[in-house]
Amino acid sequence: MRDVAIVGIGQTPVGELWNQSLRHLGHDAIHAAMADAGIETADALYVGNMLSGELSGQEHLATLIADFTGLRGIEAAKIEAACASGAAAMRVGVLAVASGMADTVIVTGVEKMTDTLPAETTAGLAMAADQDYEAAEGATFVALNAMIMRRYMYEYGVTKVDFAPFPIIAHENALGNPNAMFHLKLTPERYEKAPAVAPPINIMDSSPICDGAAAVVLMPYEQAREFGRGKRLVRVAASVSATDTLAVHDRHDPLWLEAAYISSHKAYTLAGVTPNDIDFFELHDAFSIMAALSLEASGFAPRGKALELAASGALARDGRLPINTMGGLKARGHPVGATGVYQIVEAVMQLRGEAGANQLDHAHIAMTQNIGGSGATILTHILIGES
Amino acid sequence: MHIARNWRIKKQRYSLHGEICHHCGAHVFPPRDVCPECAKPAYDPAQLSGLGEVYSFTTVYNAPEGFQTQAPYPLALIKLEEGPMLTAQLTDVDPDRVEIGMEVEMVTRKLSVEGDEGLINYGYKFRPRMAA
Repeated sequence: MRDVAIVGIGQTPVGELWNQSLRHLGHDAIHAAMADAGIETADALYVGNMLSGELSGQEHLATLIADFTGLRGIEAAKIEAACASGAAAMRVGVLAVASGMADTVIVTGVEKMTDTLPAETTAGLAMAADQDYEAAEGATFVALNAMIMRRYMYEYGVTKVDFAPFPIIAHENALGNPNAMFHLKLTPERYEKAPAVAPPINIMDSSPICDGAAAVVLMPYEQAREFGRGKRLVRVAASVSATDTLAVHDRHDPLWLEAAYISSHKAYTLAGVTPNDIDFFELHDAFSIMAALSLEASGFAPRGKALELAASGALARDGRLPINTMGGLKARGHPVGATGVYQIVEAVMQLRGEAGANQLDHAHIAMTQNIGGSGATILTHILIGES
Repeated sequence: MHIARNWRIKKQRYSLHGEICHHCGAHVFPPRDVCPECAKPAYDPAQLSGLGEVYSFTTVYNAPEGFQTQAPYPLALIKLEEGPMLTAQLTDVDPDRVEIGMEVEMVTRKLSVEGDEGLINYGYKFRPRMAA
């Protein structure tokens, strides 16, 4: 197996982008990543996307984007794993380069969610759940997370306002990210007064419905060193995917993300690091409760203690373990199938020292975690900036 | 419109028809022919009692297509007496009185409506347990 390097990154702004189509979003992110890498073509294109068929009536998406971006002829395939589609596509790209089957691979994540009415998009997102036994009963994606959050509050004796640090950190960090969807400071008072979506989850616990695309270019590490363009090289030290029951109700313990535990701990072993070595963590705060469960299963907090960690200030940009340094899903936005690639792109910006106003002082080892469904598919990536 | 799909799971929807694993004795719902506890084959049919308690709950305000006329509606994770957990709406209950641990029983109700010409889907919901 060959080591894999990330040699190019690109992204579009995240938001309600009514003047841009699915294919244009993919085009813009891919061309930005190709320009950043200094390449004119590639061996393969892997597209992370969840809902192009349901919300745009467009399948065969990867071939469309390859054609539309001037990459006709190359291998192209769409990878779908609900909200983890982006990281799942990244994993396929890493496999292709590591195995020697491809030398230059483009991975993009792209999602268009705002062309449809909210009820249609909500029904589409619920496809991440079990259609026959969750969605058919009227469960929505947010409702499943709300039931997990209520049980968490019951088991650990915490209150709703204890979750406030997660969206507050996300919004604070998004202020310095020009591509973020929201640029507004969130206060505890505003969090407490936010309208309920599915109690105890309110609108400030929930990542927004939005459009966006991000892309990376991958190469074999040794080749990338020779190819070098003066930018700090980022090595993919671990790329791991794991699964759990699709339905929340089939878990013995809905408060434990087993797939996060498996994928993060395998990733630590592969990268030769421990949680203490991680300089910052781009985690999957689709809802505040998922941020808490992700930190606990990944070994950053004991069970039931993630909210104390958040309250301690450790997760802010000047803390011991900064999270979601460019706004996370809550404030950068969560264009579902693109999110996993945004996390990688943002981690590379930090590792390269290109994160602008949000640049961390110490950014050498990054971890990203992308969650599909309510914890059913979870991918963990560890990226190391090489000197 | 998914006529065959709904027909295939009618026993589960209308009567909580599950399975029992003859290797480890675990009840299985919905039936999946492989025991989720011991991963051995589990084909023996078993009728679940329909009695359980609320493990957690919420209220759905932003309902998906097919459910909008019912919104807002209470949704719960129900822990059945035999062991399996399932997702279902609560019915015949004051939403303010729902709490974790509340004892409930299964009833058959209208689940969703697929527009003017589509199916009306029926299945299980749960209500506070009536006095025996």
